[in-house]
Amino acid sequence: MNARNGMTKRIYSYAFLVPAGIIYFLVFLLPTGMSFFFSLTRWTLTDWQFIGLDNFKTFFSEPSLMIGFKNTIIYAVLTCSFKVGLGLLLGTLLCTKIRAKGFLRSMVFFPTLVSTIAIGITFSSMMHPTQGIINRALNLIGIVGPDWLGNTKIALLSVISVDIWKGVGMATIIFIAGIMSIPKDYYEAGDIDGASTYEKFKNITLPLCRPAMNTVIILSFIGGLRSFELVWAMTKGGPGFTTDLIASIIYKQYTGGFYGLSTAGNVILFIVVSVLAFPLYTFITKSEVDL
Amino acid sequence: MSKSLKKLIAVTACTALVFTMFTGCGSKASSSKTSSKSTNTKLTLLIDNQSSLDAFTAVATAFEKKTGIKTVVDLKPAGAEGDNIVKTRLATGDMDDLLFYNAGSLFKALNPADNFVDLSSQPFASRLDDVFKSTVSVDGKLYGIPGGSSFAGGWLYNKKVYAQLGLTVPKTWNELLANCEKIKASGKTAVVASYKDTWTAQLIVLSDYYNVHAQDPTFAEDFTANKAKFATTPVALKGFEKQQELFKKGYMNKDFQATTLDAGLKMLGEGTGVQYPMLTVDLPNISADKVNDIGFFPTPGDSADKNGMTVWEPNGIYISKKSKNIDAAKKWLDFFVSQEGVTAFATKSKAVGPYAIKDIKLPADSFTAVKDMMPLFSAGKTAPALEFSSPLKGPNLEQICVQNGSGIKTPAENAAEYDKDVEKQAKQLGIKGW
Repeated sequence: MNARNGMTKRIYSYAFLVPAGIIYFLVFLLPTGMSFFFSLTRWTLTDWQFIGLDNFKTFFSEPSLMIGFKNTIIYAVLTCSFKVGLGLLLGTLLCTKIRAKGFLRSMVFFPTLVSTIAIGITFSSMMHPTQGIINRALNLIGIVGPDWLGNTKIALLSVISVDIWKGVGMATIIFIAGIMSIPKDYYEAGDIDGASTYEKFKNITLPLCRPAMNTVIILSFIGGLRSFELVWAMTKGGPGFTTDLIASIIYKQYTGGFYGLSTAGNVILFIVVSVLAFPLYTFITKSEVDL
Repeated sequence: MSKSLKKLIAVTACTALVFTMFTGCGSKASSSKTSSKSTNTKLTLLIDNQSSLDAFTAVATAFEKKTGIKTVVDLKPAGAEGDNIVKTRLATGDMDDLLFYNAGSLFKALNPADNFVDLSSQPFASRLDDVFKSTVSVDGKLYGIPGGSSFAGGWLYNKKVYAQLGLTVPKTWNELLANCEKIKASGKTAVVASYKDTWTAQLIVLSDYYNVHAQDPTFAEDFTANKAKFATTPVALKGFEKQQELFKKGYMNKDFQATTLDAGLKMLGEGTGVQYPMLTVDLPNISADKVNDIGFFPTPGDSADKNGMTVWEPNGIYISKKSKNIDAAKKWLDFFVSQEGVTAFATKSKAVGPYAIKDIKLPADSFTAVKDMMPLFSAGKTAPALEFSSPLKGPNLEQICVQNGSGIKTPAENAAEYDKDVEKQAKQLGIKGW
């Protein structure tokens, strides 16, 4: 009787998963498999032609496509590091006894709530070299601001800084949750032993907020690798191709009508994210400490 | 605050929030006004948002007065983003009844036989200019009517400033550079560039085509047949070199990356920017009190006697095969190319070149720049732009030209990059020989 009971229970559990499973299969697994196939073809909306790895060869041989790789890695690494660093500092600050804590928390979090496209459009008009607010303000104190989005050397950094501004709020909130969950006993013990604020931070807060830190690292790294809307709203990958990320390249190839190349780009992005994110995740979760 | 007051505020705020969602439901379309004669037929027309909405609305209003059929005009972005929308809508069967879109290679890339109605047997077909017809026909079947006058690509210039600085219209590239030097010395911008609207970056390369054609008349055929390339044909490479030369010599406006088309036209009208490589199709977008200060000269080549103009055929207006109002749409097209329709259009958007309809003449109050163009037309010193003589135009030319004009990579590298782009497109379109 126990065995039959067990099996009925299991059938029930799986039955509840079937609807979600069907949707997952149709909307995710099946198209992913199909795109792996179509990336090996040159396809139009009515017809396809098998060409093997040509699309991938094109991707890796054209400079305007390879630049996407370099930019995406830079983008992901920089946004991730700054979001973690600033998020941790702000999180620690906002967990101490300061006035207007609630207001400051909302202020830090509000950029996450605003649409990325709206932020992109606003900042790109603020960054106009002669008429934008930023350069006009700098002019008042005598500095001639550079062309934030037109200067090929700093355009990507400008977009990255806007992304950091937008994403630091989410990181801060996650850190606040992580830090708040550290039991007060540790801090009291530290006070008894005469630890300074910095020592308490380094030896108690830092190790014990590891789970929160790992979450922030993984989320912002993967988000950075896949980023599209901000760069599209601010520079459209320009000037020329200098701020192109893999995602905007995929979009450009698609609008140019090169559907096979665009599909290949998506496959490459999938592989890049898996190859980079998976080892990173395993590495950082190894050193998690139990509370 | 009492509990019930808090509740009231909360409910009001939520309702207000819900209603703000509905403000986004308005579309950017405009419809013609109602008239006494009213039928249930309604036509939809898709145009790009940098063309004259007023002119199309004027024709739609006049058409409605005559036939009672309303036309709703929808807008899409210009350039590569708009191309994307057109291709997607055609693929999903969601296209408007009428589409206003480029003729030539861009049109042919839309697979006309499958997507648009054959107009060869319509009464207006014989009144259309033959060169125009070739740009909207595939396999001998006609698919579109001219959606405006033909226009030229070259240099718009501010005549007042030219007179002030004592400059004459340059007939060779070196003369143009000399003029630029004098303009730069006077503190004004010699060459206006508006790379925020990426399509405008292509103008120098594209309008130089007359000079390419004059020296190498078979370039278009060789280019299509994979025999000639931009990077390896010196006269074709010149276009890229000319563009980067202007950047290197500092003749462009300092904030060219962030300048839009409208801002550029404003600079030209006010005289702060003196010369603007542009299509004359954008003349109507210059304010009416300044537009007749603007003249036109074609992109000069190396010698004064081989000077001529690269001409663009007008965009076409096509009828979607999936339209439910094909007969009404055909009537619309017939009206558009009649003298009545042309005059209605011209009330809001004057001709920017000769009309591609055989029996319609240019009125006397045409733009100054258009009058500058007419002697070149009459003398036959014109060549249709490459996109009309060849089905190949790489979709990334806009960005490559932005790259070129920003001094990124050498002209030869950019030309080679464009050749690769064209190669991808040729293979995608399945053209023989690639």
